[in-house]
Amino acid sequence: MRLSAFDLACRRGGREVFSGISFSVAGGEGLMVAGRNGAGKSSLLRMVAGLLRIAGGRLALEGGDSELTVGEQAHYLGHQDALKPSLSVGENLRFWSGFFGADSADVGGPLAAVGLDSLADLPAAYLSAGQRRRLSIARLLAVKRPIWLLDEPTSALDTAAQERLRDFMRVHLAGGGLILAATHGPIGLDGAPELRLDHTPTPLDEIVDQQ
Amino acid sequence: MTALAAVLVRDMRIAVRVGGGALMGVLFFLVVATLVPFALGPDLALLQRIGPAILWLAALLASLLALDRLFAADHEDGSLDLILTGRAPLELVVLVKGIAHWLTTGVPLVIASPLIGLMLNLDARAAGALVLTLLVGTPALTFIGLIGAALAVTLRRGGLLLAVLVLPLAVPVLIFGVAAANAAVTGPVPFGTPFTILCALTLASLVVGPFAAAAALRQEME
Repeated sequence: MRLSAFDLACRRGGREVFSGISFSVAGGEGLMVAGRNGAGKSSLLRMVAGLLRIAGGRLALEGGDSELTVGEQAHYLGHQDALKPSLSVGENLRFWSGFFGADSADVGGPLAAVGLDSLADLPAAYLSAGQRRRLSIARLLAVKRPIWLLDEPTSALDTAAQERLRDFMRVHLAGGGLILAATHGPIGLDGAPELRLDHTPTPLDEIVDQQ
Repeated sequence: MTALAAVLVRDMRIAVRVGGGALMGVLFFLVVATLVPFALGPDLALLQRIGPAILWLAALLASLLALDRLFAADHEDGSLDLILTGRAPLELVVLVKGIAHWLTTGVPLVIASPLIGLMLNLDARAAGALVLTLLVGTPALTFIGLIGAALAVTLRRGGLLLAVLVLPLAVPVLIFGVAAANAAVTGPVPFGTPFTILCALTLASLVVGPFAAAAALRQEME
């Protein structure tokens, strides 16, 4: 399986966010998407997930299911956790695993993996930001999809949970999956190549000099 | 199929829990319909004559109440993004969300309407006809409303826009719903004629609503 992008361009609100972005990731590999705020990291991931129109260039997936779009074979972990506060932790996860067609209806395993099994009956409204994040991550474990699109996956997570996420990512890569992660800092995918989106940054001291 | 069943169960659960719209709609319906006899006074003949119209108006407004949150809530918490990466066609997901909304807000209205019919001096036959028109007509209100709900997703005060968009489209449903109910109460038009048109309106909205709403949602995701 190989996900390749050729000369991708992104436009938002009439403004060009990035253009000429090319990359290629094979199964078992990760790609770190880096760049300053507003460089288009999230837009790139949303584009791959099929949530944003591709303004230029092309995206190709070899070795996937040709009946499905790239987005339909991908897990998108965005800034929002997609949880309903009035449903319990277990009901939230059961909904997403049912919606994405998980093989088994049992969500005990994924919940235990993210350390939320004791809170399964608690309404999601009472979760902390980090716990909400962990519940979102449990979705990636409950349903098998070969591509993971992670947008700042470590935000709000404590060090132990970050370490656990790293383990999940390593297991996913070892199983032949591929990962695109947008991040500001290292998230511990050793040796993963980095894609930098800010090719023409304006240095801060230049702006200060002009004023 | 399991994906759509999951959506149905989830939406119905959310609607009946605290903060969901199910109880609000039927309470609003009861309050509005109860106020009318107080405002008009105890003129039984008048109440009987305008009763079906009042119940239909109350049902129309009540079914709009919870509708603006139908897609907006999913948009705000990111659920809509994930629904779009699902393998179920968006049109079917929208259809199922509409069905869940009708089951939790439309059906309670239908069940509560004979009770209000008593206050408006409707006899058993007229109340029965009214229940039947509401049962057949309220899905049309929900599925027409879906289009407005989808269009108003990204707006802060979407509820107001929703009412402005949807109420004119609901006029035919209102006309034939009230006409069928009145035909059963006073005649002289046979009940079947307006009732058949009401059924046709519901079936058409069942097809058009989900496609239009899904198209609007896709457009807004950009």
